[in-house]
Amino acid sequence: MTNTLKILGWATAAALGAVAVGAIALHRGEPVNALWLVVAAICCYALGYRFYSKFIATKILALDGLRATPAERLENGRDFLVTNKWVVFGHHFAAIAGPGPLVGPVLAAQFGYLPGTMWVLAGAVFAGCVQDFVILLFSVRRDGKSLTEMAKDEIGRVGGFVAYVAVIAILIILLGVAALIVVNALKASPWGTFTIAMTMPIALLMGVYLRRIRPGKVLEVSALGFVLVLAAIWGGQYVSQNEAMAKLFTFSAPTLAILIMVYGFAASALPVWLLLAPRDYLSTFVKLGTIALLAVGIVLLHPTLHMPALTRFVDGTGPVFAGKIFPFAFITIACGAISGFHALISSGTTPKMIARETETRMVGYGAMMAESAVAIMAIIAACVLQPGVYFAINSPAGIVGTAPATAAASISSWGFPVTAADMQALAHAVGEQTLYNRTGGAPAFAVGMAHIFSHSLGGERLMALWYHFAIMFEALFILTILDAGTRVARFMVQDALGHVYKPLGRTSWYPSILATSALIVGAWGYFLWQGVKDPLGGINSLWPLFGISNQLLATVALCVATTIIIKMHRAKYAAVTLLPLAWLVAVTFTASWHKMFDANPRVGFLAQARVLAAGPGPMTTATERVIFNNRLDAAVNGVLIVMVTLVLVESLRQWIGILSGAKETRVKESPFVRTRFVEEQG
Amino acid sequence: MNTLIDAWRTLAATLREIFDEAAYARFLNRAGMSASGESYAAFRREFEEAKLRRPKCC
Repeated sequence: MTNTLKILGWATAAALGAVAVGAIALHRGEPVNALWLVVAAICCYALGYRFYSKFIATKILALDGLRATPAERLENGRDFLVTNKWVVFGHHFAAIAGPGPLVGPVLAAQFGYLPGTMWVLAGAVFAGCVQDFVILLFSVRRDGKSLTEMAKDEIGRVGGFVAYVAVIAILIILLGVAALIVVNALKASPWGTFTIAMTMPIALLMGVYLRRIRPGKVLEVSALGFVLVLAAIWGGQYVSQNEAMAKLFTFSAPTLAILIMVYGFAASALPVWLLLAPRDYLSTFVKLGTIALLAVGIVLLHPTLHMPALTRFVDGTGPVFAGKIFPFAFITIACGAISGFHALISSGTTPKMIARETETRMVGYGAMMAESAVAIMAIIAACVLQPGVYFAINSPAGIVGTAPATAAASISSWGFPVTAADMQALAHAVGEQTLYNRTGGAPAFAVGMAHIFSHSLGGERLMALWYHFAIMFEALFILTILDAGTRVARFMVQDALGHVYKPLGRTSWYPSILATSALIVGAWGYFLWQGVKDPLGGINSLWPLFGISNQLLATVALCVATTIIIKMHRAKYAAVTLLPLAWLVAVTFTASWHKMFDANPRVGFLAQARVLAAGPGPMTTATERVIFNNRLDAAVNGVLIVMVTLVLVESLRQWIGILSGAKETRVKESPFVRTRFVEEQG
Repeated sequence: MNTLIDAWRTLAATLREIFDEAAYARFLNRAGMSASGESYAAFRREFEEAKLRRPKCC
């Protein structure tokens, strides 16, 4: 009876999922309710987890509940620590959920709601969750080794080196793009800038509270900090209304870029934990709270999606970024579907906390499903906007111009009606002077989120507060990634330089700290500056570059996973990682080819450089700079592709060698030790 | 009721882990210290380098 009920339950879930996916895929010409996306997502995740992840766990990985994990064998009360599986799940989710699943889906919404939704669902269930799960388990079986160490052990030195360079490249490009998103969200916005500026004294106050008043009570002080941040958001409206104060907090994009670079350098080079650690906690507190609140808001409001399923921009002429639906939808949305960066977390802190091998399924596969759900929420937030409004916010001045009437006319001519008066009214409602040319995804997401919140929690009069809450949430979140990312990259560079000259590797030697901090900030600052000065808004060039590098890291992670699966004598099941790998190779290599060599100057870096070089009249320094930047972007892309090709060739050699019997099939796992938990539990 | 209490305890433990309160408690236990400004500063010093090496995702 129980079995029959179970079968009936899963059959119902499958049927409901099919109906929901059918509804969102086949609806044309009339708006769709967001609940269809929610139902489709829940059913896909439930079925994927119950059946696909179980298949992987039992048939391929053969999870062994009797095998002691490194958390048990190497427990030291610091890194290695046996931890409750739900606690590890929350910890892992908090580490993998960054701004990527919020920004990427918003940008990809220019193709319509359908491509992003389908990629997020299928990509997560068949690729992203699988990658996170298998890398986590393989790291657990190797004493919590990192991806770069596993790549070196299982594929060879080339694999380790490429993984290392890819991580640095991704970090630098990510930090440049992330900073650009903050600049675009805060430029000419005294309210937003004031709120973010206020987080610094609030964080310092939290630091003093933690040090002097209630040592270690982080949750308590984060809640207090959150209340103060809400007060700062509320106070921001008065700053924006006061001419003198507004002037004080109004900055141009280049000025903001310089301020952010100075902040990044100070955060990396100075011992300022009193400021940074509380900000980090505050950001995490706001992040988890906002994601939960957004989920509640979507369910309560179940808004209608105004964006069509597919827009005319699937042909590659989109204003947000140029390029056809294939491959660009699949590199624009990385986190939320599959993100190579997750492999670093799955082989970082998390494997050192897992109590039983069997828990890797819930933590690895399950947390990625939760991240994918965040991406679905971002798609909903972007698609509840009228398409004309979405394109007015996300289109750069280089495409639609800066004059409101001209921009509105251009966008309306694409078939997405919007008027200058509509945009003025919306800007007024959210407390901004203008919402045109706010590229980067964050402002569009903030408007969508404010729309959902104000319709379900508090009414339209709170629209401006919700908008600035959303902007604060994204900017605070990204600034935390900026300072943490700069320090992680600095440590990685110091580690490498330590092999050349020992003192450079010492993380306490100040000349090394200053030099490597300057190097890292200079590198991402260069990309940021390039984006700020780019007439096409920067996102058009930099987000695809970030997406490509992130997916190339996933390619490396899937090469490692496939190699280990083949070495485990499970070659007949290798398709589980091989098919996502093949898909990613197709996507990233095609996207790279387009970004480097496409004849359309909006798509190809080299074509744009050629067009600018052939322009009439004498060349200005600014034009020369843009030409150089385009060639540099093409070169960065080319180097990454060549390196990943090397890993692929090296992996292929391993696979052929193993399958033909020419190579020894020795997996480099730590030896089996029986867990003590079995005896303890009887 | 018990399930609700368990769920609340797990949620609280998760938050304490995410916000490093649990790590501080373990530090105090290991170092044989009690909660104070000095012990928290010592914890931060030890914790900082390890924590700052952890990547955070995009």
